[in-house]
Amino acid sequence: MYKIVKAEELAKNIYLMEVEAKRVAHSCKPGQFVIVKLDEKGERIPLTICDYDKDAGTISIVFQTVGASTQRMAELKAGDSFRDFSGPLGCASEFISESLEELKNKKMLFVAGGVGTAPVYPQVKWLHNHGIDADVIIGSKTKDMLILEDEMRAVAGNLYVTTDDGSYERKGLVTDVIKDLVNNQGKKYDVIVAIGPMIMMKFVSLLTKELNIPTIVSLNPIMVDGTGMCGACRVTVGGKIKFACVDGPEFDGHLINFDEAMKRQQMYKSDEGRAILKLQEGDTHHGGCGQCGGDE
Amino acid sequence: MDVMKKVPVREQDAKIRATNFKEVCLGYNKQEAMEEATRCLNCKNAKCIVGCPVSIDIPKFIKEVSDGNIEEAAKTIGKSSALPAVCGRVCPQETQCEGKCIRGIKGEPISIGKLERFVADWSRENNIEPEAPKPSNGKKIAVIGSGPAGLTCAGDLAKEGYDVTIFEALHEPGGVLVYGIPEFRLPKDSVVKHEIDNVKKLGVKIETNVVIGKSTTIDDLMDEEGFDAVFIGSGAGLPKFMGIPGENANGVFSANEYLTRNNLMKAFQEGYETPILAGKKVAVVGGGNVAMDAARTALRLGAEVHIVYRRSEEELPARVEEVHHAKQEGIIFDLLTNPIEILVNENGWVSGMKCVKMELGEPDASGRRRPVEMKGSEFEMELDTVIMSLGTSPNPLISSTTDGLEVNKWQCIIADEEHGKTTKEGVYAGGDAVTGAATVILAMEAGKIGAKGIMEYLGNK
Repeated sequence: MYKIVKAEELAKNIYLMEVEAKRVAHSCKPGQFVIVKLDEKGERIPLTICDYDKDAGTISIVFQTVGASTQRMAELKAGDSFRDFSGPLGCASEFISESLEELKNKKMLFVAGGVGTAPVYPQVKWLHNHGIDADVIIGSKTKDMLILEDEMRAVAGNLYVTTDDGSYERKGLVTDVIKDLVNNQGKKYDVIVAIGPMIMMKFVSLLTKELNIPTIVSLNPIMVDGTGMCGACRVTVGGKIKFACVDGPEFDGHLINFDEAMKRQQMYKSDEGRAILKLQEGDTHHGGCGQCGGDE
Repeated sequence: MDVMKKVPVREQDAKIRATNFKEVCLGYNKQEAMEEATRCLNCKNAKCIVGCPVSIDIPKFIKEVSDGNIEEAAKTIGKSSALPAVCGRVCPQETQCEGKCIRGIKGEPISIGKLERFVADWSRENNIEPEAPKPSNGKKIAVIGSGPAGLTCAGDLAKEGYDVTIFEALHEPGGVLVYGIPEFRLPKDSVVKHEIDNVKKLGVKIETNVVIGKSTTIDDLMDEEGFDAVFIGSGAGLPKFMGIPGENANGVFSANEYLTRNNLMKAFQEGYETPILAGKKVAVVGGGNVAMDAARTALRLGAEVHIVYRRSEEELPARVEEVHHAKQEGIIFDLLTNPIEILVNENGWVSGMKCVKMELGEPDASGRRRPVEMKGSEFEMELDTVIMSLGTSPNPLISSTTDGLEVNKWQCIIADEEHGKTTKEGVYAGGDAVTGAATVILAMEAGKIGAKGIMEYLGNK
């Protein structure tokens, strides 16, 4: 059993939990994810890691309630436990294996959309702890759904917040901010890391291809075991089949077949799919990976 | 009674079992088992033992059964096998023990598998405990993977007094016994769990949710956690796909995924949250045991199911019994047929499969006649689900994170056949991680060999 030491609602339907998982915390690096299973009958749910504390042996996860499983998870309180907590899975972000000298000369921009702010945070924090300040854009549907703003501000270089409805800071999409920074403010970026809903990552990648800026995205496909065994998470990258759980989750955004990936994400939402999702409203997300907030 | 014929074993009726997940074969009762056991010739130079990868003293246990001493029979089997209830159900006896049986020359061989199964089931129902292990010798062994190779290796070492911890990546121990082989061939709660509990009773600890190569590494286990030796029994690996157009469409699954959702995650049972897309018209591509398991699972979930295999029935790699059961249940075999494209509708879902007819040409490197495409024989099948059961390729998680552990050109871990010794000192390996996908009993044999190799290594150290 893996004990929850802290549980809080960050915004409506978005939860943060700090969980005791010594082996995961000991080995964890930015860019990786975990798979949790609430109890005997629960699904194996892939979730992104928001933070880790190697000394305390804890991992912080963030998720949005999008289905029956995540709804049940949201009811957990500090002192409760997950039956299973496996990880860290997937490859770490590539930049952590680059030399610090190289990294210091690189200008990096992180683009976080919705709950995707959670997995961006440990990457920006890692850079900050190594003396590197990266710029960050956080995009949120509306002010009430914005998460981790203060935490991000403490570790980011420049932080730009934008909301779809203009209820806070700027009004507009993250792609509008990227255009503004690059085209109007003369900012130059060597690499962009974009994590959020699949549709956001697709449009960021389309834009940055035009702008000729290398772009990394983090995928959150349907998954079962998370160790390469089932092949459910396969995605086409540069015309080749890759497994997001062992080859990713981060890939070159300019090479991904996003349309296919988005269709695959819908697999268990269709009529042929799970009956339980019928209880849910339209924009749900299989497994509630916590990265994307649905495919709006 | 006709001594040339096996005592028939009771089975669930094919029509009824095609709609449920209960075990197909009902096994012998004591009377039937004793009767079957009397057919054994008790050969002095018993060929059946040679045919058994773990060398069970078969004539001895069968003699005990014919005398009605089932507990003694269980002890005899227990000396060589930690998983008799599993092996009695899933071993390919026809090519092993029973294939060598002298009775089989003129008549039907002794039903060794069904007798083994009876003895194991009887022991479980009568609460027969495994023999106590030797006192602890203080040496710590890490076993990676809790499938048949790992469980056997751990059991053999624990009996000799070693302090064994198994590390399992998934949330349940059992490996392929739990995620791969379906309930109707191998019941999980009664059979698999009980055999794993018996291994635990020997003092073996099992830590689940540990992905070696990610959660920790073999080097850390040896350098920081004080393990004196490691056995890798991590299993097969990544599912293969054909590389044909449409393969990433919604509704195309690997057999691993389909079976894992159904078996490990219990998608077929009310109340479990993991979904499965049962499909209405399903093609399973491949002809091995895994393909039969996937096909018979889809059938039980309510689909019309076709096995699509490019060679003929003679070359089907699956066990004869599995093919026979599948046919009885109504699986349709489209043999000498090879898919060339998966047809996809406008929403990204499978709508069918374009196939070509094959004929057998000259024998290839495997000794089997090579299937050759028949020109102009393309045709389309209407389908909503395709399950690819084409085998697996090795998982790089362990080999890529362990210093000095070498792999061969197929990316399988290199381990010698006599001791399971890898290229890294103190590290042994066996089962599918070494050989590529094979059978439960061959993995068990490799686990035994690895245990022996580790004992020799630590004894000489």
